[in-house]
Amino acid sequence: MVDSEVLDEQAVEAADASHSAKVGDHQPGSTGISNQKLAMWAFLGSECLLFGGLISGYLLYRNNNQDGPAAAEIFDIPFTSVSSFVLLMSSLTMVLALSAITRGDHPRTRLWILTTALLGAVFIGGQVYEFTSFYREGLGYTTSPFSSAFFTLTGFHGVHVSMGIVMLMSLYFSSVRGKLKTENAETVEIVGLYWHFVDVVWIFIFTVVYLMAKGI
Amino acid sequence: MAITEEPPLELEAGDPLPEYAEQPLGVLTRPSGNTGIASWLFTVDHKRIGIMYGVFAMFFFLIGGLEALAIRIQLAVPGNDFLSAETYNQVFTTHGVTMIFLVIMPLAAAFANYLIPLQIGARDVAFPRMNALSLWVWFFGGLFLCSSVIIGGWWENAPDGGWFNYAPNHGVAFSPSKGIDFYAIGLQITGIGSLVSAVNLIVTCLNMRAKGMTLFRMPVLTWMLLITQFLLLFAVPVITVALFFLMFDRLYDANFFNPDAGSDPLLWQHLFWIFGHPEVYILILPSFGIISEVIPVFSRKPIFGYKVMVFSGIAIGFMGWGVWAHHMFVSGLGPISVTAFSMSTMLIAVPTGVKIFNWLATMLGGRLKFNTAMLFAVGVVSMFTIGGLSGVTHAVAPADTQQTDTYYIVAHFHYVIFGGALLGIFAGFYFWWPKAFGYKLNERWGKWNFWLQIVGFNLTFGPMHILGLQGMSRRIDTYSEGFGFELWNLVASVGAFVIFLGVLIFVINIFVSQRQAKHLPPVGPDPWDARGLEWMTASPTPEHNFDEEIEVQQVDEFWFRKYDIDDDGTVHRIATGDEVAQPGTATGVHLPAPSYWPMVLAAGLPFIGYGLIYNLWLCVLGGLLVAAGSFGWVFEPADDPDAHHGGHDDHGDHDDDPDTDPEAAAALDAPEGADDVAIESEEAPVG
Ligand code: HEM
Ligand SMILES: [Cu+2]
Repeated sequence: MVDSEVLDEQAVEAADASHSAKVGDHQPGSTGISNQKLAMWAFLGSECLLFGGLISGYLLYRNNNQDGPAAAEIFDIPFTSVSSFVLLMSSLTMVLALSAITRGDHPRTRLWILTTALLGAVFIGGQVYEFTSFYREGLGYTTSPFSSAFFTLTGFHGVHVSMGIVMLMSLYFSSVRGKLKTENAETVEIVGLYWHFVDVVWIFIFTVVYLMAKGI
Repeated sequence: MAITEEPPLELEAGDPLPEYAEQPLGVLTRPSGNTGIASWLFTVDHKRIGIMYGVFAMFFFLIGGLEALAIRIQLAVPGNDFLSAETYNQVFTTHGVTMIFLVIMPLAAAFANYLIPLQIGARDVAFPRMNALSLWVWFFGGLFLCSSVIIGGWWENAPDGGWFNYAPNHGVAFSPSKGIDFYAIGLQITGIGSLVSAVNLIVTCLNMRAKGMTLFRMPVLTWMLLITQFLLLFAVPVITVALFFLMFDRLYDANFFNPDAGSDPLLWQHLFWIFGHPEVYILILPSFGIISEVIPVFSRKPIFGYKVMVFSGIAIGFMGWGVWAHHMFVSGLGPISVTAFSMSTMLIAVPTGVKIFNWLATMLGGRLKFNTAMLFAVGVVSMFTIGGLSGVTHAVAPADTQQTDTYYIVAHFHYVIFGGALLGIFAGFYFWWPKAFGYKLNERWGKWNFWLQIVGFNLTFGPMHILGLQGMSRRIDTYSEGFGFELWNLVASVGAFVIFLGVLIFVINIFVSQRQAKHLPPVGPDPWDARGLEWMTASPTPEHNFDEEIEVQQVDEFWFRKYDIDDDGTVHRIATGDEVAQPGTATGVHLPAPSYWPMVLAAGLPFIGYGLIYNLWLCVLGGLLVAAGSFGWVFEPADDPDAHHGGHDDHGDHDDDPDTDPEAAAALDAPEGADDVAIESEEAPVG
């Protein structure tokens, strides 16, 4: 702990706060779950309400397209299905990354982390492409309540995916620098929780926004 | 920040000095020292953070209080022109926003930060640096909000839509100043602070409890604070969505609330009140918790119905989500919704009533001692009851049609927020002051403080019931003569100055008592013969909280170490508080080192806010600060080797030593990735 090597501060703090003082000897975790993981769960609980609010806003306005294009006219289901599939696959690679690091197989861990990030990036690319083509077809951000709600909801999701990519890349680089050790598998797991959450949210959005618009 | 030459005094003979590797570059070392201003600014100690929440909130209390006085001066007589209509709108809006988001909530956070770890027997919160982050994010967000009063002209640019800020009045068309942009962005910033602290405190309550401190042995205050944090966790994102929609409407011409573009302004009301009603419980539950600690101590009885108390709190926490539309009875919801929400609102009064009876039952037959803390607590019970009853009258939708938007509502929410939440916080001040600062507040001044405050309060807000039922609307900047409003408005204005005097006496009391305390014997760990673990260590609380872990066997553990109950129910003292309490003299307790980065990260957010409103380049500056803060956060050394390492006697002689305990070792070696998670995810709501 008195080493200039960069240790995870929070873990140290958690340990400090619990064990190093003679207080809390049975730590970490009265619940048996680590502080970090519990924090992630709590945060994701909060995120449910964030997306809940955004989705409700969208549902209110989904047919309110005024003079602008309507949802059914503009969505390209085959294209979005493909990009949704890409995102789903990234959850698979995320799981593979976790299983690799629990086995102590660090090259594979890096491979799968990178693949996950890459698939996420492909998804974001698809979203950028989709937004541009909608815009060309006359669906601007300010066109109608529908358009504002649509871009806001999917945009928020896109930002979340991008945040996930940033997390994955920092995992990747700390692994390259040898800082992501086998004992740290839980960190990968926690990032994975976030990543899967963002995926699940997309499944909701895909259903509620895209499929329902086409009456599928 | 080199290694000092200080001899390691406490080091046991034979223990080698720990060896420190070279320090990285200057900025990435950790601040050290525990005196002076820097030791406060960069602290990650939950107690100092709690105290700073309190101090900053009192600063905002002064601002909000002066605004209140301005409102009452304006309304003291009919046809007054002390404030123009435009200014008046801004003054009552900033008053409400300040009091709710910058006074009551952070004062509750002050108690939560200071007391939760102590009450559950922990060393600190789960994530000390995140704790500092939430303080600074909240504080800078508060300054950002207040700066709207000055920037762009004195009272030209402040929010003017009321704290509820209804659509479509909040649109650019009706409120062209930048005020509502400040509102939208400022509350998002303070919201991030609340969210981070909610996550942190939830994890603390769930995960950092001392041995034997099961959930149902936690003190009622900790329980109420935990419920509050859950409410925040789920309510903050809802208002965040509403504020984002509003911000996009105003800044980028989106169409969420603008009826001209075909949007539905009621969306705002729904989102706001889905947040807003849980929010009122966020304001009141901490205070319920505080008086549930104070009343038993000064009744010399355990709390009546501990579990009932906890479960009614949980019930309130759940039911609070199902009543929001009682704020919208006249918005044309339709008879079915109105009926449903009317009924759910009446129902929620039940668990609230249960609590009131529990406090009364606690006092019943007790040996009551009415010192200032107890007076304030009893003040809460009585004043909140009045507010709760007027709340039930609004729950009756037909009656509410008459009451809504009148001063009757203003009376209601001041009875619950001032009479309930704020008086409870004052009870807490008087009760825990000796624990935090090592001296008691003076009782004579305290009683003046209490009586002036409670009399002034009733003078100010009592008459508003009458004014409201007579038909005086809220949010009007003046009224004409001849409606019969003159007398009670004047009384209310006089009352406001009496309150001000009462609070002033509190502030004076702090300094007077501090002076007197120099000539008094030290208060000792347990000045009130109290019940919670926080009294089981020295006063003021030593930096490391407890010398040794406490093993908890029951509710009110500390009290049961002092008293024994015979089979026939008689109580005997078996030890004094001083004997049971730990001396607080342990050395060598490893404390997390202070850090610069939470503050740097937090400082970036207001710049992003100004940037969105005025000039995007400022966003770049803000973004850089946030990036620098995050970078420093991740890469600063895990610890400052100089700080607080007396002897390393805390290592080795314990079975939780990281070398032997695989779990602890794993936690210790978790990579910076875990840290990224925390930072990254906190940024997510900012986008
Ligand atoms: C017994 C429990 C309570 C009931 C039944 C109740 C009921 C109500 C109802 C029906 C309204 C809407 C009146 C209207 O606008 O026409 C209202 C307004 C309000 N209540 Fe309560 N309430 C209760 C407790 C509380 C508590 C504990 C707080 C805060 C600590 C609170 C704060 C407020 C505020 C701030 C408003 C006004 C909001 C605004 O329009 O600006 N209430 N209450
Ligand atoms: Cu309400």
